[in-house]
Parts: sequence; structure tokens; C-alpha cells
Amino acid sequence: MKLDAKIPDGPLEDKWTEHQEHLRLVGPRNRAKYRVLVIGSGLAGASAAASMAAMGYKVECFCFQDTPRRAHSIAAQGGINASKNYRNDGDSTFRLFYDTQKGGDYRSREANVYRLAECSTKIIDQAVAQGVPFAREYGGMLANRSFGGVLVERTFYCRGETGQQLLLGAYSALAQEIGRGHVKMHTRAELLDLVIVDGRCRGIVTRDLSTGAVESHAAEAVVLATGGYSNVYYLSTNAKGCNVTATWRAYKRGAGYANPSFQQIHPTSIPEAGKYQSKLTLMSESLRNDGRIWVPRQANDERSPSSIPEKERYYYLEERYPRYGNLVPRDVASRNAKQVCDEGLGVGPGGRGVFLDFRDAIKQHGESTIGGRYSNLFSMYERITGDSPWNTPMRIYPAPHYSMGGLWVDYDLMTTVPGLFAIGEANFSDHGANRLGASSLMQCLADGYFVIPVTIGDYLSSNTAGDVDTSHAAFAEVENDVRQRVERLLSIDGSETVADIHRDLGRLIWDTNGISRSRQGLERALEELPTLSDRFWNNVRVPGHGAQLNQSLEHAGRLADFLEFAEAMCLDALTREESCGCHFREEHQTEEGEALRDDENFAHVAVWKYEGDGQRPSRHVEPLEFDAAPPTQRNYKT
Amino acid sequence: MNFSLKIWRQDGSQGRFEDYEVSDVSADSSFLEMLDQLNDQLTESGGDPVAFDSDCREGVCGTCCLVINGRPHGGRGGTTCQLYMRHFADGETITIEPWRATAFPVVRDLVVDRSAFDRIIQSGGYITVHSGPKPEPNTMPIEPEVAEEALDAASCIGCGACVAACPNGAAMLFTAAKISHLGLLPQGQPERMERVRSMVEKMEDEGFGPCRNYGECEAACPKDISIKFIGRMNRDYLRATMVEPYDRRGKMKPQ
Ligand SMILES: Cc1cc2nc3c(=O)[nH]c(=O)nc-3n(C[C@H](O)[C@H](O)[C@H](O)COP(=O)(O)OP(=O)(O)OC[C@H]3O[C@@H](n4cnc5c(N)ncnc54)[C@H](O)[C@@H]3O)c2cc1C
Ligand code: SF4
Ligand code: FES
Repeated sequence: MKLDAKIPDGPLEDKWTEHQEHLRLVGPRNRAKYRVLVIGSGLAGASAAASMAAMGYKVECFCFQDTPRRAHSIAAQGGINASKNYRNDGDSTFRLFYDTQKGGDYRSREANVYRLAECSTKIIDQAVAQGVPFAREYGGMLANRSFGGVLVERTFYCRGETGQQLLLGAYSALAQEIGRGHVKMHTRAELLDLVIVDGRCRGIVTRDLSTGAVESHAAEAVVLATGGYSNVYYLSTNAKGCNVTATWRAYKRGAGYANPSFQQIHPTSIPEAGKYQSKLTLMSESLRNDGRIWVPRQANDERSPSSIPEKERYYYLEERYPRYGNLVPRDVASRNAKQVCDEGLGVGPGGRGVFLDFRDAIKQHGESTIGGRYSNLFSMYERITGDSPWNTPMRIYPAPHYSMGGLWVDYDLMTTVPGLFAIGEANFSDHGANRLGASSLMQCLADGYFVIPVTIGDYLSSNTAGDVDTSHAAFAEVENDVRQRVERLLSIDGSETVADIHRDLGRLIWDTNGISRSRQGLERALEELPTLSDRFWNNVRVPGHGAQLNQSLEHAGRLADFLEFAEAMCLDALTREESCGCHFREEHQTEEGEALRDDENFAHVAVWKYEGDGQRPSRHVEPLEFDAAPPTQRNYKT
Repeated sequence: MNFSLKIWRQDGSQGRFEDYEVSDVSADSSFLEMLDQLNDQLTESGGDPVAFDSDCREGVCGTCCLVINGRPHGGRGGTTCQLYMRHFADGETITIEPWRATAFPVVRDLVVDRSAFDRIIQSGGYITVHSGPKPEPNTMPIEPEVAEEALDAASCIGCGACVAACPNGAAMLFTAAKISHLGLLPQGQPERMERVRSMVEKMEDEGFGPCRNYGECEAACPKDISIKFIGRMNRDYLRATMVEPYDRRGKMKPQ
């Protein structure tokens, strides 16, 4: 597999500007000849579809929800980063770039990350122009808050609903283009396969989720903006519908999958409560600005938290990482939570939880200030658990949250399949082995508003348009595959539910590919996965038929892909013999128990290529070069 | 906990209530998890699971939409997915129906088609702005109170409970929320009058009923969208229709 990242020459600061100046363009009159399919209507998809349609391309957009406005991006709470330096605290494009590289533990491409930092300020300008009501200071200026892993205040926010407001901004731009007839929107439509003609991606096959109709769509380019794969764990902070199907199908049609084992485990989620738990609710990271994390020093301490005296409380992050304290990056916070729970210090049912305590913050700042910052989060917590954070500390535990891995893309965001692009969480590009808080929204919108609308033109202008439509034999073939697969799922007629098997997959992956990984665990997972897969294909029961709204069928199709994806995840984790970011291999740690990177052998992106069903995929590498920010061991202690 | 459920089942144009029992439900389960449990039971026993919509399951995407014991979202504040079984009595009989409104046809069982909301937004619920370089936002200060009020309106999640609660099936609260969000902000001023006119007209075209000030919408809204925004929309609409209708966009060259 050829992995040419096509990083432009020249100094880091000038790469993007110069690249744009030299990209080939499609003239305004010709754009309507080019059809672009955008799969996904989250921040990445909606912003891309709206921007390209406004330029004049003929765009079709797809989502599996009943309206584009409900994409998973809506759930982002905390905020979006931009290096505006409004606080005059030393922020700059370079610093945002540097923080992202360092936060990602030097496993991403410098050129992409620098471009992301460069675009960050424009996103805020764009969003404000669309009417996104960001928080303001008394003088009417935009307000900022701080987020984990950095030393400047650069996060813009709308109360606890930043993702919702940014998505509504992108959605309204998309709605305008739909209204003007420039975008054809397909809701309740699920991509089930992609169509490749003469080595180029020329379309997709979808299933209409209301009627079951299998349909083909042809185009000159396809953009996947289908989000991440956190639901391979069954329980995660993601929306129930989030799935790996689109990117996995792309992989099976030849697109390289990069770093599939890089998975962020968010430190502050509400712990699991029982078998039928269907998702984990995130408590925004911003809570760590004021909440203090601790566990009792003594194992199995049954006392109520308020009666545990100060000196018997172990504020483990503050003690271990004095410089960053409770604001260490997510991977560090999650790993430490697991460690103290493994040592038996955990609190709550099953000992899988730590306290996040606001007692001191309330004392120091008063109820109204703390209420102003977090009252909605406090009531959300109380509604779910029945406990009030005003009186007793929250109980939190890490949960799968964000996929840093994804389809491999070059600098232009094109995958290894010509004509197939990937943006937003669906690609691997900017967050290395760990993503900093408030950086995903930034990346999704940078990709969608500013990068893809320009880079796609370069590809389109060098290729023919209109020569392939859905009457091409390749479409009939793929449609046939899709129909057969649907039939096969419906005909299994076993006795287990899809959820049963998904729960077991989740448990296995959580235990072996979770906060820490070991050779032994990963090998066990690889051994057990085929059994799980057999159980699925022989003993699941998918009721109903294919020509109707059938949610069991939807879930079954997604689980089938997760089962295959899980194998790639394990292989990737197993072959990356180092610890970096969220990927913590127990065999590779410092004496103090911190992650031990191996830059000599693993300063690369691992890219997996599909070699056929039942065959082990092949591993390819894109070496990473560091000029502007040479790797240092991350140190959040001093 | 155990519950008896009366659930609306529909495949095609006719529907009916059917009775189900669900047992051993944890008090910490959410309402939708209780339905997941029922669906698992139905699947295992060869039955046909109940179709219902949900996605984020934390009250922000607006997908979930059940009428529970006659009240949209169960009438406890918040969305359907934010209801917990500890709020119900053990042994209780619970009635579960889809949103009922002319403009929201049933797709299957408890799933409805709310695309009429999208079409209202498409008719004008935006600020026309292309992607690309924009002026520095701090050159246009916005009072925090104004930004907050706009955000109060913008918090609408498009769930449709307001329509389901309204005896007339009106979409006033939803439409007013969007119009007020954009109309309160300086960025929204240039298109303010056209926006209100086209959105209100679209709302009527889509088959939503007229407003008779019942106030049920506000009571059912999981995001506490205030009914005062309806007043605001009506005032804007009146202003917009008093001035000579004039299509600014129509006069401009298509781009
Ligand atoms: C609870 C929570 C809070 C978060 N908070 C923050 C935050 O404060 N700041 C931050 O920067 N990031 C945050 N994140 C991360 C961020 O929200 C996501 O990474 C980001 O929104 C992903 O956007 P996206 O556009 O790539 O994909 P998504 O928003 O996930 O959208 C995916 C789209 O693809 C469609 N789709 C998927 N599969 C298919 C298919 N097979 N066929 C058709 N359509 C399909 C879906 O319908 C949807 O429209 C948070 C994440 C979570 C879970
Ligand atoms: S106004 Fe309230 S009830 Fe109506 S759609 Fe918006 S959030 Fe739902
Ligand atoms: S499922 Fe998202 S609001 Fe209920």
C-alpha cells in the first residue's frame, strides 16, 4: 500500500497557504457538473456539505438519523479551542499546534496539526457570523475557559451545549442549501457499502431505514464524515447509533485504516449501574477546573465521603502531578483512576469509581458562582444517579469516548482510495495517540469549512465527471452484496439478541483494549473474537423483515462490522510495542508507571490493509517526521 | 420492579394498543433501558420488538419522543431518555404512544416523521453566510444578556413535544425559538423580516395548527423554551407583513 502523505514543501507556517495557492481549482461554472456525496451530517459532514454546495458543487448528504441536526456532534458539551489569544496569556498558532502534538504524544503529522491550529481562529469567526451564541463577557467580548492538558485559556463555549450550538450553525447552513436545492438530503439512510470503478470511488449503496429500500448513488467523489468507533465497547459516551460501518466498509474496499487501537477513554463519566445500562453519560471535563478528584486512602472505606477527614483523602492527581493537578490530560487521568481502583481504593458499587468533589470550590467561590458554571451538569448528574453533587461528591469513572484512529488520509484528506475522502472523527489525522479536550469540534469544522472544500477541487479538476452513473454494472454488483447480507442477517434465526452479543464484545474489548493493554490480554481477545463472531452468525436472532423500519436489523449490521473491526483493533494494539498517549502497554512503562514511548521504532502511523476475509490484514507504516516540535517525554508533573 | 405496559403498535396506516409485562427492572434503569429490556424479552420469546427512536440518550439530540401516560416525554421535565424507573411506582401500568400530530405521521410503532421541522428551517432558519474568512467577532460586542437570551431560545432540540402537547398540533414554540435565536442577535438582523415571514408561512403549509394560547407547549418542553418567544415571533410577523412584501433575495442575481 502506497502511503504518500503529500505534505507540501516549505516551512511549516507556510505550507497550507502555499498549498492552497497551487491547488488546481474547478471553475464556478463547472462545479455543478461534479457530484459529491457527503456521508454524515455531524459537524464535519454538515459543514462540508454546506460549504461545497454553496460553492456550486452538486452535493448529496446522508445521515441515519431522522434529521441532520441530530448527529452525535450535538452532544459535545465543553467547548471548542481556538488560538485567539484573547486572554493575552501567550497563546498562538504555534502553541496550539505544540499542545496538540504533545497532547497526542507525537503520533500525528506536524503539517496537518499546524494547519488545524491555523484554521482554529477562523472557525470562531465563521460560527459567530452564523449566529452561534457563544458565551460573552460583561463588555460583550467572547469569553474563554480553560480545559485539560494546556496552560492557556483558549476554549470557547455555549454553556454546556457547545456541540449543539455549533451543529445548529452548520445545520442551518446546510438547511439553507437544501432549501435552495443545492443539497439533496437523505435522512434515515444508512451507507452499507461503497462502489469502486476503475480504482476510483464512484458512489455508495444505502438502505432506506424506513422502507428497507436498497439504493445506489453515483458521484465523482465521496466524503465520509461518519464519526468514530467508540461503540465497539458497547458502553461508551457516544450516541447509541454511532458505528464503524461506513469506515469499515471503506476499508474492505481498499482504504487503509490507521491506528485503530487509538481510543480515548474519558476520565469523567458516570459509572455503570447495571446489566441493561445502554450508554455512559459523560460529565464534562470542565468540571475538573473546580472539582477535586480523590479516593479514601484506606481500601474499602465504607464511611460517607463527607465524614472522611482531610488527611485520609488521597488527592492522587494533585499529589502525583503537582503542576497540572486535576487538569492532567485525559489519558493520564483515566489511567490513574484505574490504578487507584485496581489498588482497591475505588468507591461505589464494584469499587469502580472515584470522587469528584466540589466542596472546596463551593466554599471558595460560593454557590452562585459554581452554580453558574455547572448547575445544569449537577442536575443532570442528580437525575441519573439520584445523588446531589451539592451535598456529596460525584462518583466518576473512565469511559470510551473518542476514536483517534480512523481512515488514513493524506494532507488533502483523501484516503488511499482515489476519490474517497474522510473528515472529522472518521479520519485519523490530527490527534495522534490522544486528543486534547475541545479539539475535536475544532478539527471537524476545520476539515469541513476550510480544508475539504478546497482540496476536493484539486482531485475533481483532474478527473472526469458524469461518465459513471448508477446503471454501471459495479453498482448492481454491490447492491446485490448488500441485499444478500441483509437476507443473511435476517435468516440466522438463533436465540440470542444482538445486544447480548454486543455486550459481550464490549466487555472483551474493554478488558483487553481499554485503559491498559498487555500482550497476554490482546492475544486472548484475538483468540476469543472468532468464537464471538461464530456465535453472532449462528445464534443471533434478528426479528422482522427487511422491507420495514427494523431496528434490530440495523443494530445487527453494525455489530457485524464491529466484530470484524475489533480484530484490527487488537492487532494494532498488539503490534505497537510501546506506550503512547492513550495506548498504554503494560510491558512498556517507566519505573514510575508512566507511558514509555519508543520513538526509534514506533514514530509512525500504522495503517492496516484489508487482504480478504479470514486473512490477516497487512500492516504498513507512514513514518512521522518532527521538525518544529521534536518529541519530548510528556511531563505533567513538574 | 415490574410494570404493565400498554404500547401503541402500528405498521401501515392502522394502529392499536397492545399489552406487555416487563419484570425485574432496576430502579436505576432509564425509561428507554426498560424498553430495551422489553425488546430483549420479546426477541428471545420470538416476538416482535417495539420500534422507538433514540440516539444520544442524554437529553440533547431530540430524537426520543414518547407520550407516556398521556404526557409528551412523561411530563416530568426533560426528555423521554432522561426519565428513570425510580420515578414510577412498582406494578404501575404505563401507557406509551407516539407523538400525535397531523404534521408528524407515524412511520412505525412509536417512530414518527418530523421532517416538517426541517422544512421550516430550510425556509429561512439561518443567516446567509458562506464559508470563508469573516470579520473578527470582537469588533461586534454582544451584551451577555442578549447572547444568553439567544442561547435560551437556541437550546431547542427540535424534539416536537410542543407540537405533540398542543391540542391544535401547532409548531409555534419550535418556530418561535429559532426565529428568536437569530432575531435577537445583531448578525440576524438583515434577514429578520423575511425569515419570520417565510418560516411562519411554511409552518402553516406543513399542516401545523394555529395557536390558541393553551400554553401546553411550554409545559411539555424539555428545554424550558419560554412562551414569550411566541409573542416575539408574532410581533415580528406582524411587522413583516405590514410592510410591503418584498423579496430581496428574488431581486438579487442567483449565485
Ligand atoms: C458526550 C460527548 C461530549 C463531547 N464533548 C466535546 C467537546 O466539548 N469538545 C470537543 O471538541 N469534542 C467533544 N466531543 C467529541 C466530538 O463531539 C466528536 O468527536 C465530533 O462531534 C464528531 O463529529 P463528526 O462530524 O466527525 O461525526 P458525528 O457527529 O458523529 O456524525 C456522524 C454522522 O455520520 C452519520 N453516519 C454514521 N454512520 C453512517 C452510515 N453508515 N450511513 C449513513 N450515515 C452515517 C450519522 O448519521 C451522523 O450524521 C464529545 C463527544 C461526546 C461523546
Ligand atoms: S420548543 Fe421545546 S418541545 Fe418544542 S421542539 Fe423545541 S425543545 Fe422540543
Ligand atoms: S435520545 Fe437524545 S434527547 Fe433523548
